[in-house]
Amino acid sequence: MPFIPHSEADRKAMLEAIGVRSIEDLFEDVPEHARFPELRLPRGVSEMEVRWELETLAQANFTTADGPCFLGAGAYRHFVPAVVDAVLRRGEFYTAYTPYQPEISQGTLQAIFEYQTMICELTGMEVSNASHYDGATATAEAVITALNVHRRKRRRVVLSRYVHPEYREVVRTYTQGMGLEIVEAEEAADLKGLLNGETACLIVQYPDFLGRFEDLTPLAEAAHAVGALFVVVADPIALGLLKPPGEFGADVVVGEGQGMGAGLNFGGPYLGFFATRMKYVRKMAGRLVGQTVDAEGKRGFVLTLSTREQHIRREKATSNICTNQGLVALAAAVYMAALGKCGMRKVAELCYHKAHYAADRIDALDGFSVLRDKPFFKEFVVRCPRPVQEINDYLLDEWGIIGGYDLGRDYPHLENHMLLCVTEMNPREEIDTLVEALGEVGSW
Amino acid sequence: MKLDPEARYAKTHEWARWDGDEIVCGITDHAQESLSDIVYVELPEVGDMLEKGDVFGVVESVKAASDLYMPMGGEITAINEALEDAPELINQDPYGEGWMIRFKPSDPAEFDALMDPAEYEAFVAEEEGE
Repeated sequence: MPFIPHSEADRKAMLEAIGVRSIEDLFEDVPEHARFPELRLPRGVSEMEVRWELETLAQANFTTADGPCFLGAGAYRHFVPAVVDAVLRRGEFYTAYTPYQPEISQGTLQAIFEYQTMICELTGMEVSNASHYDGATATAEAVITALNVHRRKRRRVVLSRYVHPEYREVVRTYTQGMGLEIVEAEEAADLKGLLNGETACLIVQYPDFLGRFEDLTPLAEAAHAVGALFVVVADPIALGLLKPPGEFGADVVVGEGQGMGAGLNFGGPYLGFFATRMKYVRKMAGRLVGQTVDAEGKRGFVLTLSTREQHIRREKATSNICTNQGLVALAAAVYMAALGKCGMRKVAELCYHKAHYAADRIDALDGFSVLRDKPFFKEFVVRCPRPVQEINDYLLDEWGIIGGYDLGRDYPHLENHMLLCVTEMNPREEIDTLVEALGEVGSW
Repeated sequence: MKLDPEARYAKTHEWARWDGDEIVCGITDHAQESLSDIVYVELPEVGDMLEKGDVFGVVESVKAASDLYMPMGGEITAINEALEDAPELINQDPYGEGWMIRFKPSDPAEFDALMDPAEYEAFVAEEEGE
């Protein structure tokens, strides 16, 4: 049965109401030759032929499946165990959306609740929301939370310049028109200098965009001394090994969760996680699943504290986001559950040791040197003898290797500096090949 | 519906009552009954200067969240901190233990512009009728 919402009589009444005779009359202003132009499309082909054509086109791509990849900078290649997809693709779970009448979908709510619980354990925080679109939006939502905690009386946001450049851009886009004063600095001492009684929050990344980490306690204390929230953008994989931000004074921990169970996915969908202290729960963005007992005393799950949200509080809501990234959050939950505490640590250790092996070998090459001012995790900065773009072209064309990120794009003082990423997905042979290839570059 | 004979009332269902040269303010019995079980209340900071009609806080119940409006302008001198842990006091005793804020009014004459108990009762009846 065709579903046509308007009957002939409905349409006639509507046309009469606006004073036109037929639907065609509505298109009068479009020149006649443009109304139904001949599209000159080729003859239709069979599904089989379409598939051949598209596969041939796809083969022209060079993907991470075709060769070693040392590119990270916010999107990471980590191993995704088969169990992730096995759970994800079950019909009961296979939707990206938080359900309406959520309490009917107890399984979905339980999965989100477990995701929240594990995010709290990983970050050392007390409450996590049901997730955001990606790390950049989660960071912007952290700013909004900080503004709300200060009842919108504080207008200054202090950003470390070593927070992902795109995240900083999203923070600006997200908050435009709100009259904020967003200021940036590179080093801890300068960041401290920017903090004042007008500051709503200080945002740093851990490890930072250059892959480095350090004790952030002094910055947390400096932020708290002026009453500002301390926001940490963290790599969840690194948290398998590093001290969780909750233990050194973070008030909000956000980040990109793609590395946990989601592939590179052509740049999306990704996963923003957001965790905070219980005292800020009512200022938190996004959805929140809570655990309760039903009328018979059985364990159950509900969407809770919804009064913060847009569908109830309208323009006074804590956020414009009334949904979450359900499917990718589920992937992260299955990933964390499957790996467990030991597995998460093992992945982090593999990344750390492989990255250090690579760094040591590259540092020994003529013309290259590794920035070693602070400890690093799975990414590190290499000063190169030639422009990064040239080296990357050579690596790809001659060696079939995807090279690193060109830091000169975002940091003028880091021209000819490459950000390399090594994960558990790079076997030793790949690293040795990269070193050999860079060795050739050094001898040009 | 309970009413405090000494209080005056705003159309947004807040009450105001003189205590010395300050005003004590909360929400009416009718308001708490309409909201049902109150689970959370957010109040301003002491020292905030607010005008008549400004939002001074939010009250959240299991059913809804509503803004709270200043019945008169003034400077906040105290908030009822007990409500943070026991918001149900608003349901139990809206004109007493459930008070929300105290403020020093900037224009005491604004008190007289508010409704007296009889007027408020009629106002509520009319609102209910709609």
